[in-house]
Amino acid sequence: MTTTLKPATAARAAGHQPGPLALALRQGRLELTQFLRSRESVVFTMGFPVVMILIFAAVFDGEIAPGVSYPQYFITGMIATGLMTVSFQNLGIWIPIERDRGVLKRYRGTPMPKWVYFAGKVIMVVVVGVIETALLLAVSVAVFDLQLPGAATKWLTFGWVSVLGITACTLCGIAVSSLARTSRSGSAVVTPIALVLQFISGVFFVFTELPSWMQQTAALFPLKWMCQGLRSVFLPETFAGQEPGGSYELGRVALVLAAWCVIGLLLCLGTFRWTTRRDG
Amino acid sequence: MDNELAIVARGLRKAYGKNVAVAGVDLEVRRGEVFALLGPNGAGKTTTVEILEGYRRRDAGEVSVLGSDPATPAADWRNRIGIVLQGVGEFDELSVSELVHHFAGFYADADDPEKVIARVGLAGKARARTHTLSGGQKRRLDVALGIIGRPELLFLDEPTTGFDPEARREFWQLIRDLAAVGTTIVLTTHYLDEAEALADRVGVIAGGRLIEVAAPEHLGNRQQAHATVSWRTPEGRTESTESATPTELVTELAARFDGEVPGLTVTRPTLEDIYLQMIGHR
Ligand SMILES: Nc1ncnc2c1ncn2[C@@H]1O[C@H](COP(=O)(O)OP(=O)(O)OP(=O)(O)O)[C@@H](O)[C@H]1O
Ligand SMILES: [Mg+2]
Repeated sequence: MTTTLKPATAARAAGHQPGPLALALRQGRLELTQFLRSRESVVFTMGFPVVMILIFAAVFDGEIAPGVSYPQYFITGMIATGLMTVSFQNLGIWIPIERDRGVLKRYRGTPMPKWVYFAGKVIMVVVVGVIETALLLAVSVAVFDLQLPGAATKWLTFGWVSVLGITACTLCGIAVSSLARTSRSGSAVVTPIALVLQFISGVFFVFTELPSWMQQTAALFPLKWMCQGLRSVFLPETFAGQEPGGSYELGRVALVLAAWCVIGLLLCLGTFRWTTRRDG
Repeated sequence: MDNELAIVARGLRKAYGKNVAVAGVDLEVRRGEVFALLGPNGAGKTTTVEILEGYRRRDAGEVSVLGSDPATPAADWRNRIGIVLQGVGEFDELSVSELVHHFAGFYADADDPEKVIARVGLAGKARARTHTLSGGQKRRLDVALGIIGRPELLFLDEPTTGFDPEARREFWQLIRDLAAVGTTIVLTTHYLDEAEALADRVGVIAGGRLIEVAAPEHLGNRQQAHATVSWRTPEGRTESTESATPTELVTELAARFDGEVPGLTVTRPTLEDIYLQMIGHR
């Protein structure tokens, strides 16, 4: 044994591993394919916020403030909830299943960089989030005359609040996925967190009507800020005075959401597990 | 580190709580060699192999795999190794072809996915979703994903479990082809014929210890083992004798029968006999 060359070296084409961007896009496409092919996750993930807003619109019709209908107010919470469902809950439930099945162990055995897996999830979540939000808006406009924002700056705010929010929720979803020991415990970990946040962040109730300790607790987490940022898009400027801070505080929205992106990323990189504890 | 050696492990130890799974294994695998690890259930094969693959942390010992410590591997290390795990990882809703193509994209110079699919005998199933495959077909897919990156070193943990006899023969040919182009192969198996057919050397592991490493034909002093000569007596009984000098005995018998010895057989212990003796007497 004197030859220590890689096998078939002569026959190899010059190595052409895809670049980082191509790797991430391929991974995103694979994740999206898997998601779209599993019909029940498509129906439930996409359908949940639509069904919720229809229920809310049916239960509360009337005005919160002059010119601001209940559905107009609650759409912001439903968009934020929808984004959180596709990212935080979807991943917090799904990744433990992939880990349990050994899918992650498989990836670990390849030269795929760790971050590519995260990037694939982010891409999948963003695409699904966009489709789901578009669906939600379309249904709302058709069923109860939701007023879409007119100004381009509002759409811009809509864009960055959604992107920052969904990124933070995605990273946090990946991070909490490591808390679940088995595939069955993923939803047990994630569902209560999501539900409690929804109740205290102004998704189901008008935020300012909540007790102040609850408001302050909610202010520590991203969902409240996502809702607030979206209110600045869908509600008139005049309503800003009713916010806890007397304005929509967009600067603070950006700051808190960005901070959660960083925290989420650090948690992901620090705690992510490719194998279950049972894998030794 | 010696360039001739693909794997060097010294004093490898791993315990799960109080259960010592690997209790001081010293192991060397040469480049280009086919090395088989044999041992009963729970002997520590998977634990050993997964430490070498970088999946499990060792408690003690030194390990070098292709010049890297698997716990802290060099950047392109995973490009150079291929892994077929004992447990399968099931992907949802993807076809064989999609999965193999996708994995090919992870490697610096992957093999042609279609060729690899054909090589493991899944050409007819390329469009099938992976969850619709039979157990043996899933195993073939595992092998395809293990070799898609054209590894220098290939680990296979019980690769042929669930293979039908024909598939097993095809798999053996695949391993021989890979070995022929210089791939180093470490495989675990419970099939002694497989170890005998493929391996340059066999390591027998029991109770977390490597109790012997030898070429299959030398294992347990097999060559020196006594042969069993049996024949039929004129009364129709079968007589057997163990002998260190079977040729002498056969010559003597030929003289006694004055020509053909009825029902003559000369056998040496099979690898399985030797193996069972080794792990039974430890
Ligand atoms: N993740 C784990 N956690 C706890 N104990 C483990 C774990 N993996 C293996 N063991 C124990 O370590 C010992 C060796 O197991 P290992 O899986 O390495 O055996 P093996 O030789 O591969 O067996 P088999 O032929 O059945 O695959 C066994 O006693 C097993 O119970
Ligand atoms: Mg095993």
